[in-house]
This record gives sequence, C-alpha cells and structure tokens, in this order.
Amino acid sequence: MRIAIIDESVARAAVIEEGLREAGLGDVAIFLERAGLVARIESFAPDVILIDITNPHRDELEEILSVSRAVARPVAMFVDQSDTQSMEAALDAGVSAYVVDGFSPKRIKPILELAIRRFNAFSRLKNELDEAKSALAARGTIGKAKALLMSKRGIDEPAAYALLRKGAMDSGRKIAEVAEALLTAEKIWGGL
Amino acid sequence: MTESVLRVGFLPLVDAALPILAHELGFAAAEGLELQLVRDMSWATVNDRLLYGHSDAAHLPAPLALATALGLGRPAMPLAAPFVLGLNGNAITMRPEIAAQMTTIGAIGDAAATGERMAALIRSGVRLRFGVVHRYSSHNYMLRYWLRNCGIDPNADVEIVTVAPPFAADALSSGEVDGICVGEPWNSVAVARGAGVIVAVTAQIWRRGVEKVLAVKADRLAAGPEPYHKLVRALWRAGQAFIDPARCDEIAAILARPAYLDGSAELIAGAIADQILFAKGAARVHVPDFMFQHREAANFPWVSQAAWLYAQMVLAGHVQHTPRHYAQAKAVFRPDVYRAALRSLGVPLPGASAKLEGGISDPIGVGTTQGRLILGADSFFDGQSFDPDTLDAYLTHEQGH
Repeated sequence: MRIAIIDESVARAAVIEEGLREAGLGDVAIFLERAGLVARIESFAPDVILIDITNPHRDELEEILSVSRAVARPVAMFVDQSDTQSMEAALDAGVSAYVVDGFSPKRIKPILELAIRRFNAFSRLKNELDEAKSALAARGTIGKAKALLMSKRGIDEPAAYALLRKGAMDSGRKIAEVAEALLTAEKIWGGL
Repeated sequence: MTESVLRVGFLPLVDAALPILAHELGFAAAEGLELQLVRDMSWATVNDRLLYGHSDAAHLPAPLALATALGLGRPAMPLAAPFVLGLNGNAITMRPEIAAQMTTIGAIGDAAATGERMAALIRSGVRLRFGVVHRYSSHNYMLRYWLRNCGIDPNADVEIVTVAPPFAADALSSGEVDGICVGEPWNSVAVARGAGVIVAVTAQIWRRGVEKVLAVKADRLAAGPEPYHKLVRALWRAGQAFIDPARCDEIAAILARPAYLDGSAELIAGAIADQILFAKGAARVHVPDFMFQHREAANFPWVSQAAWLYAQMVLAGHVQHTPRHYAQAKAVFRPDVYRAALRSLGVPLPGASAKLEGGISDPIGVGTTQGRLILGADSFFDGQSFDPDTLDAYLTHEQGH
C-alpha cells in the first residue's frame, strides 16, 4: 500500500512516517512543498493520502483527485457516511485522509487511526515544548528580578524570593508576572 | 435575552466582510449573539468544519454548497443558504504579454470584444491554462460561461485547474497558468506585483452574479432557527455599513488585520469602493457594481441563482442532470429563512423566490411582501437570459455551442 503524506511541517511528517514504518508500512513518501506537487503526487500514485487540515493546498489536491488521469480510479474521502466518528476524531487531530475508491475501509481504518494518534502526540509534544520554553523564560525572569532586588536592597536570595512571592500573593498574580513588572519598571526608572 | 454563540468559518477574502463586520461593528452583539470567527486556508477545511460540527455556519462559494448537498466527491449533506454574502467581486487576470493581445492594458474593456480576441488567439493555436480557486466555485462557472459564449469550449479548448488564492499571483508569474479567476484582494496583489493584468471582472460577465453564501447544515437550522435568524439580521446590518462610503477606510482597516485577511488595507479599500487597478502603473478605474452588496436586496438567496449555477455545473460535466438533482440544488437556497429573519426589521422582502436571471436591462420595481424594491440591470455579457423553469431548453442551447 502506497501512502503519501502532505504536510508543511517537516517534523510532524517525520513523526507520522515513523509510525507508519513501525506498523510495517514502508511505502511512504512525504511531500512538503507546493512546487510541482500535482506532478509528483501523480507519479507517486498513492493509494492513501494523508494531509494536515491547515494545509492551504487541500482544494488543489481535491481537484487533482477528481480529474487525475494518472491516479486512474476516482479518489474519495476515506470515511464513509456511517463513520462520522472517525472523521470527527481526524478533524480534531488536524488530519484529513483521501483514499483510492474501492479500497476496503477495514484496511484503511488502522492507518487513519494511527495518523490521528501521531497527530495528537505531535500536538502534545509541541505543547509540552512550548510550556517548557515558557517555564525556562519565567525562570530567567525571576532570576533577574531576584538579582535586582539583592543588589538594590542588599538582601540575600531567599529574602529576595520571599519579597517576590509576597508581591505575587498580595496582588493575586504569578511570581513570574511580578518579576516581569519589576524588570519593566527598572528599565523605565533605572538609574534614578 | 440569552446569549447565543455561533462559530463561523471563513477564508481570508474581501467577501468574508459581512460576518467579520457583524462581529467587529457590534451588530451580532446587539442581537444577543456572540460570533466566533474561525479562519482557515482551504475551502475543504471550512466545509469539513461545518459538516463535522467545528463550526455552526460558513462563508462558502455558492456552488460548493450545492456540490455538498448533491454529494459530489463526498457523502451528500443537505445544506441551507439563507443569505448571500455578496455578488461578484472577482476578476480574470492574465499574464501581461497575453493580456496585451486581448485588451487595452490598464483600461476596462468590453467583455464580448475581449473574449472574441481570446477566441481568435486560441484558434491560432495558443493553448491557455487558467487557474480558478475551486472546482465548485462561481469563478470556475463564470469563466466557463464567458469562454463558452465567446465560442471557446471550456472543456476542450483550454485547461482549467485549481490554484489556492494566496498562490494565484505566484502561479501567474511562474507561468504555471496564463490566467486566474480569483476574488479580491488576490487580483490586485498580482497586478501590484506586475505578474498580471486584469482583462475582465465578473460583474461584466454577469452584472448580478451570485458569489459566496452563508451556509449552514439544514438539520441544525431546522432544529433551532433562532440563532441563525439573529445572524442574518446582523449580516444585513453589516451590509448596510459596508456600502457606507464614509466607513470604507475603517472597514478596510478591520478586514486587513492579521486575524482576518492579513493583507494590505489599501488594496482591500480599492475592492470595497469598486476602484480597480487593472495594470501596474495605470490609474484606478471605477467599475460600477464590481462587488455588489446590500442594495436591491442583493443578499436575498434567489432560487433562480442556485438554478443557474446548477446549469453551469451540468454543462461542466460536474453533475448529471436529473430532476432530483435539480430539486436538491435549488433547495439549498432558502428565501423563506431570509424573509422570516428580516421581517421584523421592516426591510424590503421580495415576494417571489425566483426570477428570470439576466432579464432586467433597465431598473424595474418588483413585487414584495414588505417595503419597496427596485432591481437594477442584471444582464449577462451576451444578452442571454436564464429561466429556471425551462432548464432543458437552456442546456440544449448552451451545449449547441
């Protein structure tokens, strides 16, 4: 079974491809760029196409699929009328699938489910990465604010941290926000 | 009043203006309606979100709503279009060297004469390739209508492919296509880059051509019409604001925001004000009714407009004509919902649900159930008219070309 992955995210495409290979589906190609997409898809002649739903080329793809001479058989959206749940899950995950008409839904379903899992895993990874980045940034902000308090007030680190924490509790904000405000104030008032 | 929430899907195009303005100018809020606008980059995704419940309504090309109801390329799903989001607003932009052989660069030409010169060009052996924004789009069918009635067979003499609007200018400059039929601001973008020259606007092909509609799932509308009535009223008021020349710059600035069109307010303002730049370096030309909104009940979903589109879909070979298909296509347009929603505003409501399309050459008063209504010229470039009650004769005539 030949599977094409069309995705502008190199990392996500790789995560999906890896999943397919682990499942024993090795005949996979990734298409990242628009240039020559039609011709390249036609010459690859996939049985299944996975595409991320934010991809701006979905309408072009559907057009190719409806008129293509190279992909001789008409291609339809995979999920049949009775299976709206899979379709909703796919849409929630951000992936859409097309399959050559005549392929048994039983053979396709595991592929779509795998793609959905991988798409979801990728979003989770990305969220965790974003969180880790903002946590690191927050730690940097708090560190700088502590250093500022230590030097201006001549206090030690635990005392500086206690001041920030008190400020946060009194104003109902996060410590990182208080630290940020302090640094902003220092930037404006600095040297006075 | 209880607050209703509706999510509305849209693509970043000037004719997504009414839902955006209904939200931004407070018309939805005044109805006790909260609008959440969901921006996407392909019609396929806008449509998927509507069908699978990620959105409650969508800005959709009218023929795509018909295609979805007819089940072309996917399982059929009954859709309802209670409000037309605008008429026309599209143009045909061609590579400058080809445009020079068809029209006076920078000026608005005569669509019939321009088409005749294109036909001569094609007869001399030039193979032209056009990009349209979607297989089931008014752009595709207006282009095909123009070509066919200039003596060019759109199914054989030219090639028509799909190009996503943001890539239309690229496709022109790379030579991937010779012409594009696309909505604003994308013609203007191609013109500003010198990649193309506008040879015709769709208002010249059909003075009152139906374009995008507000599409909703028919079962959702039947189960709870009230929020949709609120939405239709908010859209009607947004249309009133849209045509106020004093608000043009304000509206262009709103549409240009990153969350919406993320484009040039200057180019967008040109489209709103019907001030079109046909070629780079030329002066802007005022094109009457370039994009037609609000006046003459322009947002009323005439069933005869759906019928015309269906006829073009049959002629393109996109759907096989059967009485059942015809009925399904016409049932998408819902003048009854338009009337029910707007009755309380006291606005003019057409009495009939269908009309002879292209039958008006001079402004004429028409029957209403409420208010006074005068319709302006709605002619096709070739002087033909379309009667939804004699579809078979129309198809035979058009196929005879």
